[in-house]
Amino acid sequence: MQERVPLPTSPPRQRRRWSYNRFQQRAAPYLFTSPFFILFLIFGLFPLGFSLFLAFHLWNPLDGLGNWEYVGWDNFKLALGAPDQFWVSLKITVWIGLLSGVPQHLVALPLAFVINQALRRWQSGISTILFLPYITNAVAITIVFGMLFSENLGLLNYGLSLVGLGPVRWLALPELVPVSVATVVFWRYVGWNVILYLSGLQAISEDVYEAATVDGANNVQKFFYITLPLLRPMMFYAFTLTIVGNMQLFEEPFILLGQAGGSGGAALTSAMHIFNVAFRDLDMGYGSAMAWLLFLAIFILSMINNYLFSRGGGRS
Amino acid sequence: MKKIALFALVSALLAGSASAQEKVTVTVAAFPSLDTSIKAVLPAWNKLHPNITIKLVAQEFADHHNAMTTALATGQGLPDVMALEIGYVGKFAEGKGLEDLNKAPYNATQYKKLFTPFTVAQATSSDKRFIAMPTDIGPGTLLYRKDVLDKAGVDPAQLNKSWESYIAAGKTIKAKTGASLINTAQSIYGVVSRTNLKPGEGIYFDSKNNLLVGPDNARFVRAFTLAKQVRAEGLDAKIGEWSNEWYDAFKQGTVASQFSGAWLTGALESWMAPDTKGMWRVENLPEGGYASWGGSFYAIPTAAKNKQWAWEFIKFMTMDKAQQLTAFTINGAFPALLTAQNDNLFSQGVAFLGNQKARVLWRDAARKTQPIDVNKYDSVADQIVNTELTNVLEQGKDIKQALTDARAQILRRAR
Repeated sequence: MQERVPLPTSPPRQRRRWSYNRFQQRAAPYLFTSPFFILFLIFGLFPLGFSLFLAFHLWNPLDGLGNWEYVGWDNFKLALGAPDQFWVSLKITVWIGLLSGVPQHLVALPLAFVINQALRRWQSGISTILFLPYITNAVAITIVFGMLFSENLGLLNYGLSLVGLGPVRWLALPELVPVSVATVVFWRYVGWNVILYLSGLQAISEDVYEAATVDGANNVQKFFYITLPLLRPMMFYAFTLTIVGNMQLFEEPFILLGQAGGSGGAALTSAMHIFNVAFRDLDMGYGSAMAWLLFLAIFILSMINNYLFSRGGGRS
Repeated sequence: MKKIALFALVSALLAGSASAQEKVTVTVAAFPSLDTSIKAVLPAWNKLHPNITIKLVAQEFADHHNAMTTALATGQGLPDVMALEIGYVGKFAEGKGLEDLNKAPYNATQYKKLFTPFTVAQATSSDKRFIAMPTDIGPGTLLYRKDVLDKAGVDPAQLNKSWESYIAAGKTIKAKTGASLINTAQSIYGVVSRTNLKPGEGIYFDSKNNLLVGPDNARFVRAFTLAKQVRAEGLDAKIGEWSNEWYDAFKQGTVASQFSGAWLTGALESWMAPDTKGMWRVENLPEGGYASWGGSFYAIPTAAKNKQWAWEFIKFMTMDKAQQLTAFTINGAFPALLTAQNDNLFSQGVAFLGNQKARVLWRDAARKTQPIDVNKYDSVADQIVNTELTNVLEQGKDIKQALTDARAQILRRAR
């Protein structure tokens, strides 16, 4: 039996009626993904746009919304001027980043290799232990390290005193403060990098290693001729994360040394300086301008990292 | 959501007309340990105004002031009463979001003479708006370990006769007892740069916004020179404030003196070093200098909902002698109100200070402290000058050069 075809002059009523199936197909995906987009608009895109807007204005938040003054590129010029704290803080950030970042990878990579090769049986247990610092609260970590570094009461100086060495001013001497901060950062993220490298290592086929063993390669040769080249994509990823993370370093020095970044601001990172300018000095425009400059710095460093990786390895 | 709000509003209105007195909730935002003072007087307030509930919102010190900054920026989530600490009151005064208490209906001009003079000036903006009522102050004195001085055979008067005699005393103390004179050389800079200001001068800027920091300013040159001298003689323990070493030094008596507000005595007694009871004494700062360490204020945001009751509450906290004394006895908050300072309580000895009549000394110091002009770039200058001082102390940078550099940097930032 054939159904009657509706006349074009009178569209069927069903079509206009709310249908669960139609809702499922057309609207539901948007509805269910909307929380992310709504949250992103409010907490992601809006602050981003607002800070770009503020970067060109002079604004004291205590004056309320609307009471800002357009100053053009003045905030950027101020930050880029020769003796400005922005440069100093950027130098400090890069220095602490290098002090903590380079050893992180130098230790994490061989460690992951050893775990992968020799300690397979305990791998999950070791991974858990290595991952603990990463998931532990930064405040707790920093307080514990604060006690370790303590000049007269710290464990570190107590150990030194046993071998007859005088107390070291870990958290007061401007030259040592970045080292102390870098130690905390190193300790916190080295496990994270080991996990990254472990997962990268597990993607390398066993066959390659077996073939190498048959050919008589030892562990060192395997590491340099198989592991390192095949791990490049993961190394690139891990390096990029370290660069981005270290350039935004805030929690560790802030809690360890306070808002001023310790003796003479020796560990006043860019992120801390931006925070101070915006929320202590209430100069939101200048703070925003520096935040964008920091973004630019991170972007450039990531690009350099990208360039070095694509150049050195003959990426195919 | 709207329906619930409407229902709440209607029922509130009904309840309001039903009972003779309206029920109001006044939100008070504060920080530790000012919240302790507020809690201490709440019973008295509730007895007087049973229908006016005080909702106290206390956050950590920096969190509180950040939250208040954000609230003022957006006009959202503002309390009815906003507590402000001395380090922030100058900045908040220059903003536009707080009520001018000089104006009606507050008319606070008439009350200003009731308070310690310098604290009123701190809450006054450069265009003469009075934005907050003072509640407690921190008269500055020199706290010293009597037992250490006795052991070294040093007369306490030598500590505060002059800065030179202070350093000389430090050498004797170091030689005889091994104790340091002061926690850090930076403290010397802190006192010298904050005392003996000329009228119309702030620490870093004068009342006309001229920068005072520089190689030609005698006050800064002296402050840097004395700090460097103390460091060079090995008289400071190189300990930062609010560190474990600092508390330990108080407990062990390894540091002989400390410049501070009157409140430090309370902190020592309650948690820092309770076992050192009776070993401490206070005296005035060297060279007849008077300065204040700390102080708290209450302000009303322009966008607050219950301004009338907010003002009543502030008056209760700041101008009621009984409440000021309650906060003093329970929380050690030194009253800003002059009549409270004249209470008998002040002529009693302080047990922790070996029954010394220290409160009279603090009161005297508070009344002699001159108003210091505050500037919205004070925090910028403070950071830059302190960094340069560290360069002098730690890297041996030339003092004149350090002050020249500091001046150039502050001038760039103070736009």
